[in-house]
Amino acid sequence: MRTNRTSTESFASRFSLEIRKRRTESRSAIKSKRPSIPYLGWMLVFTIVPLVMVVYYAFTDTNGRFTLDNFLNASDYSEVFLYSLYVALISTLICLVLAYPLSFFISRCTARKQSIIIMFLMVPMWMNFLLRIYAWVLILQNYGPFDMILNLIGVDVSLIGNTGAVVVGMIYEFLPFMILPIHSVMSKIDDSLIEAAQDLGCSGFYVFRKVILPLSVPGIISGVTMVFVPTASTFLVAQYLGGTQFMIGDVIERVFQSDHNTGSAIALVLMVVILGFLVFMNRFGDKEAIAQ
Amino acid sequence: MKKKSQKIYLAIIMAFLYAPIIYLIAYSFNDGKTSVWKGFTMKWYTALFQDAQIMGSLYNTLLVAILASVIATVLGTAAAIGIYNFKGGVRSAIQNVSNIPIINPEIVTGVSLMLLFTFAGTMLGFEMGFWTVLLAHIGFCTPYVILNVTPRIRQMDASLYEAALDLGCSPMQAFFKVVLHELLPGILSGFLISFTYSLDDFVITYFTRGSRFQTLPIQIYTMTHQRINPKANALSALMFLVILVILIISNVVSAKKDKEAVR
Amino acid sequence: MKKLTVLLTCVIIVLSSLTFTACSGSGYEGEVNVYNWGEYISPGDDETLDVIAEFERRYNIKVNYTNFETNEELYNVLVNSNSSYDVIIPSDYMVARLRSEGMLEKIDLGNIPNYKNIDEKFRISDFDPTGEYSVAYSWGIVALVYNTTMIPEGEITGFKDMWNPKYRNDVLMFNNSRDAMAIAMQVCDPPIDPGSESFTGEDIDRATKKLIELKNCGSLKKYVMDQVFTEMEGSQSALAAYYGGDIYTMLDNNEELSYSLPEEGSNLFIDSMCIPTCCQNKENAELFINFMCDPEIAAANADYICYGTPNKAALELMDDDYKESPLCNPPQEYIDKCYTFANIDDQIYSEMQEKFVKACSSTAEVSSIEIKTTSVESKIAVAVILAIVVIATVIVIILDIRRAVKNRGRINKI
Repeated sequence: MRTNRTSTESFASRFSLEIRKRRTESRSAIKSKRPSIPYLGWMLVFTIVPLVMVVYYAFTDTNGRFTLDNFLNASDYSEVFLYSLYVALISTLICLVLAYPLSFFISRCTARKQSIIIMFLMVPMWMNFLLRIYAWVLILQNYGPFDMILNLIGVDVSLIGNTGAVVVGMIYEFLPFMILPIHSVMSKIDDSLIEAAQDLGCSGFYVFRKVILPLSVPGIISGVTMVFVPTASTFLVAQYLGGTQFMIGDVIERVFQSDHNTGSAIALVLMVVILGFLVFMNRFGDKEAIAQ
Repeated sequence: MKKKSQKIYLAIIMAFLYAPIIYLIAYSFNDGKTSVWKGFTMKWYTALFQDAQIMGSLYNTLLVAILASVIATVLGTAAAIGIYNFKGGVRSAIQNVSNIPIINPEIVTGVSLMLLFTFAGTMLGFEMGFWTVLLAHIGFCTPYVILNVTPRIRQMDASLYEAALDLGCSPMQAFFKVVLHELLPGILSGFLISFTYSLDDFVITYFTRGSRFQTLPIQIYTMTHQRINPKANALSALMFLVILVILIISNVVSAKKDKEAVR
Repeated sequence: MKKLTVLLTCVIIVLSSLTFTACSGSGYEGEVNVYNWGEYISPGDDETLDVIAEFERRYNIKVNYTNFETNEELYNVLVNSNSSYDVIIPSDYMVARLRSEGMLEKIDLGNIPNYKNIDEKFRISDFDPTGEYSVAYSWGIVALVYNTTMIPEGEITGFKDMWNPKYRNDVLMFNNSRDAMAIAMQVCDPPIDPGSESFTGEDIDRATKKLIELKNCGSLKKYVMDQVFTEMEGSQSALAAYYGGDIYTMLDNNEELSYSLPEEGSNLFIDSMCIPTCCQNKENAELFINFMCDPEIAAANADYICYGTPNKAALELMDDDYKESPLCNPPQEYIDKCYTFANIDDQIYSEMQEKFVKACSSTAEVSSIEIKTTSVESKIAVAVILAIVVIATVIVIILDIRRAVKNRGRINKI
């Protein structure tokens, strides 16, 4: 009897020891940081090193000597830079104004309808970026459909080759990017909150100001970020739809063809401004989250 | 209840989004190159299919997109798991660096990669082309995978993995059957996003392709940059059709799944 | 499930396109990499001859044909990327530059029997004194094209008309530094000779100022290269300076257009086929060059691109319209007024390019004393924005670090 019990006990203890050993081993397998090593190496080579190179080229001249001349050269393009920021700001604001009510309306539909509408909104997004701009070139060109209509009314204005056309092109490209994040936040706003506010006697505007607006801020921030960054740095829209005023993306590409150093300087300035903007937006969004 | 004004507003926005595409498609059937309608024809479609350059670009684009998204998914999933195990401060630092390709303006990423490849190319003697484009695409797809997988890791219950081990699985089995299964939605959506971004990428491809490698977006740039070419219209029409079909199918399938779930 | 469907669809697309290209790309015995201007070879649509397909058919060698837009782009690619091309087609001054930098291979003219068809005056030139590094491909002049519904016929006589504010937002200018600067130099007062061997900094400054003036007087619509076709053929713009052969094509496609040979004279250019030192298929390259010198091929090509052909056997095969048009076949008296680009010094050249980009991106008024391509206010504005951004970011990071430290302290207490 005794021997049997001891053998069962020892067997049980040996078994649990096995399990515990396995557990610690395998816990370390899933808890290890090793799987990330390939990507960390990749990140180093393909993200960090190129950016370091940009900084390097921005601060040196063609012979490798340290100089700030590139920034002096780059400052000649300040007007282009301001113009790009200006266009980006206008486009982002208009996108926001257009997208915000739309997202709200969509979020109040049934789930089935919402997914259909969102699907139809995404189809243009999946179409090629350049083809969509090209479509606008065709539409806005002289003797194109819009021009013909305006001529009938007697208005003789060039629809293409100016800032307006560029802004229209940007809005067309990036409107879905503004709608989607705002919608996803809006759809999480519970109907009962709105109803409660109305029960408490708030007018429609008040409901908007006190309930919907604060809750939708994360979506707004996300959308603004996703629209402002590409519009400020976009590369070909101005070449297709704009006139003689370039945008900073086009300038960078063109300068890079002959002068890597000045080009890097301009790119560095652009990157710093955009990243700074993002950090600021992030922080602003965080504050809201914390306040709630 | 939706008021009429809301419906009208939605319709206007939809019209705004779709009108240019409809216009492109309509003129792909035009028997002329200007905006004057000259008659119905399918000749631009036949020209499109006979154009070996365009077919070559399509092949390149799909090849790069599939390879890049598969590699990015594998790399990114492993990375997401590994990164999750770092301590707080280091972890968020790594996450921030990993997000740089996403938040950086595309032109800066493209230009920086071009500098890297030009420098390495002169050092090591290779030419920019398929491989540099592939590497660049993997570089900007992987962060998206990580971004999609990490929330699933956070939601995953670690004890599931240990329970599997207790039930007798080897670590490998436990990983594939339990962990991967839990992460699968994140992995798949990461894959899908990578594929989409790689398929449509223009700016980064433009800077890393050297002078010979053509992808479809680059080809479209050449087509729309020179003379008006209705082949571009035909191409848009076909792309639109394919996208519409894919999205409708996926929507129908997921609707069916929802119905079954309710039942 | 839905994602599986998407995956499946993609795999199907891939497989089908793979079979497509597999069918089309099989069975070649070699290849040749050709780098040429855009719209510069007969492509085979609209009943023209597909020159590339014809070559591939005759010799069973695959042609990898890519385009560049400017000589500067060609140079940049040859120098900075490790691309290997077998045949390139630069312009005169670029041939001189590449030759002087040792980037061209000698062409074995023995392998090019059709060389006998090339007119003597195109065999030796300033940019290729021995004639061993290039074989002429096309030549031409720069001229003006305008839309007679917007500008009365005969009103355009010279480049100076581009600066007329009457043509508000209707004028197109070359989108490359040499061609644009050359026109500006001719219009300067006193004019600078764009064909000279070297320019002073002051010359370039004056030309840049002239270009900025073109923008400021309101007439400039856009800087274009290949886009000019869409603009003029589609009646989008009123006036453009462009290469003669292309203007001939535009006239063919839009009845409203007319042309004018500028009274100041213009750039006479010769584009030649060369073999760069980075080539990997020299034999195929020479085969291609020989093929392009074949009278019938050269004639079919010239028929499409409408540039002058240096191939005298091909010239005989051309139709009368072509032979009589001053755009394709300029008269001697006009040629006497023309200049060719010389290979200028590296430093001057890059200064020219740099100033051109600045001229393109400027909007400010031009002071009469110095060139200001941008106002001081905007520089200050950008510097201020940059400073605000950097300071704000630093503040945010510091606040975050302080918060993290505070939190860590709190957790430790628990």
